[in-house]
Amino acid sequence: MKRFLTTTVAASALALMMGLGAAYAAASPDPNAKQGGDIIITYKDDVATLDPAIGYDWQNWSMIKSLFDGLMDYEPGTTKLTPDLAESYEISADGKTFTFKLRHGVKFHNGREMTADDVKYSLDRVTNPKTQSPGAGFFSTIKGYDDVAAGKADSLTGVTVVDPYTVKIELTRPDATFLHVMAINFSFVVPKEAIEKYGADFGKHPVGTGAFKMAEWTLGQRLVFERNPDYWHKGLPYLDKITFEFGQEPIVALLRLQKGEIDIPGDGIPPAKFQEVMSDPAQKARVVEGGQLQTGYISMNVTMPPFDQLKVRQAVNMAINKKRIVQMINNRAIPANQPLPPSMPGYDKDFEGYPHDPAKAKELLAEAGFPDGFSTELYAMNTDPNPRIAQAIQQDLSEIGIKASIQALAQANVIAAGGQKDGAPMIWSGGMAWIADFPDPSNFYGPILGCAGAVPGGWNWSWYCNKALDAEADKADAIVDPAKSEERYKIWSDIYNKVMADAPWAPVFNEQRFTLKSARMGGADDLYVDPVHIPINYDHVYVKDVQ
Amino acid sequence: MIAYLGRRLVQSAMILLGVSLITFALLYLLPADPVRQIAGRSATPATVENIRHQLGLDQPFIIQYWRYLTHLVQGDLGRSYIQRSQVTELILSRLPATLLLMLGSIVCELIIGLTMGIVAAVRRGSATDQSLMVASFVGVSAPQFVVGLLLLYIFAVRLSWFPIGGYGSFSHLVLPSLTVAVMSAGWYARMMRSSMIDVLRQDYIRTARAKGLARATVLVRHALPNAILPIIAMIGIDIGILMGGIVVVESVFGWPGIGQLVWQAIQRVDIPIIMGVTLVSAFAIVLGNLLADIVAPFIDPRIKLR
Repeated sequence: MKRFLTTTVAASALALMMGLGAAYAAASPDPNAKQGGDIIITYKDDVATLDPAIGYDWQNWSMIKSLFDGLMDYEPGTTKLTPDLAESYEISADGKTFTFKLRHGVKFHNGREMTADDVKYSLDRVTNPKTQSPGAGFFSTIKGYDDVAAGKADSLTGVTVVDPYTVKIELTRPDATFLHVMAINFSFVVPKEAIEKYGADFGKHPVGTGAFKMAEWTLGQRLVFERNPDYWHKGLPYLDKITFEFGQEPIVALLRLQKGEIDIPGDGIPPAKFQEVMSDPAQKARVVEGGQLQTGYISMNVTMPPFDQLKVRQAVNMAINKKRIVQMINNRAIPANQPLPPSMPGYDKDFEGYPHDPAKAKELLAEAGFPDGFSTELYAMNTDPNPRIAQAIQQDLSEIGIKASIQALAQANVIAAGGQKDGAPMIWSGGMAWIADFPDPSNFYGPILGCAGAVPGGWNWSWYCNKALDAEADKADAIVDPAKSEERYKIWSDIYNKVMADAPWAPVFNEQRFTLKSARMGGADDLYVDPVHIPINYDHVYVKDVQ
Repeated sequence: MIAYLGRRLVQSAMILLGVSLITFALLYLLPADPVRQIAGRSATPATVENIRHQLGLDQPFIIQYWRYLTHLVQGDLGRSYIQRSQVTELILSRLPATLLLMLGSIVCELIIGLTMGIVAAVRRGSATDQSLMVASFVGVSAPQFVVGLLLLYIFAVRLSWFPIGGYGSFSHLVLPSLTVAVMSAGWYARMMRSSMIDVLRQDYIRTARAKGLARATVLVRHALPNAILPIIAMIGIDIGILMGGIVVVESVFGWPGIGQLVWQAIQRVDIPIIMGVTLVSAFAIVLGNLLADIVAPFIDPRIKLR
């Protein structure tokens, strides 16, 4: 095996390839940080399971990140990959074998040392059908996955324990996103004995290697994390304790924050109060704004007439007044012209997209044979602000003669309609799709624009399937060499430009994040809009009022 | 009595069975696919089918329902799709909070409703009577979400008399109890008023007054005990109405009861929880009605159980 990549090289190369220009100097500890203190975070809904193989909502996602660790992670506040439980890694020249060297002396919360066996066990477990992991599919490129997924084997043949501190993972094809996969929660390392002890209730008794350990969980009321004194990353975390309180309406949480009773309202600033908060200088100073790896779009079902005609889809793209929609939601987003959000590598900042031009849109409709427009349906999720956005879209469409009736339904029902071939002609994706699972351009293609997602129950709601682009995507993801990452991103930019030429979507906006914090909270702003930790990076923030 | 009780128990069991069948069927017919909810957005179709199979959701309706029933009679309500915990555990951990809130609400609605009713009856036809009745009407009609937020804003945010939502101490209990009570108190006020007016017309009240007893003594010692009897019997029936209000009020005040649990479950299509809470609520309502019927003859000997 020819080794062309060692960690140091990897870290700098990856830093280049991410190229997001985040200012946070992650490697060096914050000189102002103080150890100690505790904070209170509120949420409306109960937290679901804390099992890293299962938890998959934005609430438990970053909690799990604080309780468990994976082989890879991101530098705080950025999308730069960095080794975590792995000390270093090597990728074979053919891009199919990844060898990870593990850190020595990393301990689970139960006191036992973590070894390569645990890494293998965790990957076998997450891919086992009995675990019912929603993320099992992320590991489909590992050798032996198909047998495990089909219940024919208990163990992935592609994952080998070389020695207690070395694990080798072989893939069936080169996969440029594999290091990201080793950084998502589903790959996090769990101790076998704790899983065997708690069984299906492991999610309520999490035992990991993370910066915090669970101290108390009173169902429906609160969850308390305590500092892990044996955490391998010395000096972290800064906080002694985090208390999550549940069942708090966002509006109530805001009132409590204003009274100084809590530190972070986990569900954010309620839309109805946004303007009020932002027009008060004292409160606005405590709001941190950041980008999100999210795009809101209108999908047009290319298998349902008249959206099977390119000119109709282009006309819709030109009819939408994105600026007005963004204003309507208090500028909590920026207008979008392509599938990728601006903070994603591969985003093409020179791409101009379709202009807002109702006159031209009308011409296109006439050319397509609809001089007087047509009637159709627009599906949207029924929680604010999505019905309002759907109404704005409806109004824009009516100006070029398209009469769209709005179907505002519960989230699950819209998703169900989108997953049926003749289910929904148009869908406004807000509140449902799409936020990237990891910061790589491929994550905006496969499930939502590729042929793999255009299946019953899939998420490709426009049912757009372009075999040539699928092939190009496979070619891009086979470029594992980080030195060629720019070339890879160029291919991805090209793929998305070609997607926009076919116009299965009308991209509308990219949501911005606004985190409101109490005056006592410290740490770089990036930690409060961390692209992978939502709402905040619990391990690196601190409070200013401790000794 | 025994035969009556036996018959009522069988009836109650049939009602619960019916509730379980109807709820199960409605949730089965829901266009939303719970498996997609569980699997999340990045799951491959193979993963989705695997989870569907693991949960037995690829079985026909009758088999799914039968399996639910057989587990139910063993006290097993299944595991939550989203939280992955035992539903019985989730409900039991939240039931005390709901029962406490119900108790608080019943006390509040009785105090408010009965006082309003008595005062209105005594001052019948006056401006006081009319404004009290208008107030009770407003109370009955006001959306509880609005009442809750209003009380929260005035008494917790502005005046800081009570904590802003949450659970734990007596002061946490006051505002949510009041919110639930406002609606039912209106009903109680109207019932108490008419009941009291009936009693005050009776001959024995006139006799008591004629003996020279003070107005207040007559009211409290002679009229009240008789006027209040029909109201007591209503409390059992009231449980059903309370259950409905509690879903909203628990969400507003962050009260960790089963109402909040089911509200979250509905939004996430977490069918085992929706089923479990529906059955527990139905059980409470059936039990409340049963108790009301059994207690009635003891309170009012004119009623006979047959």
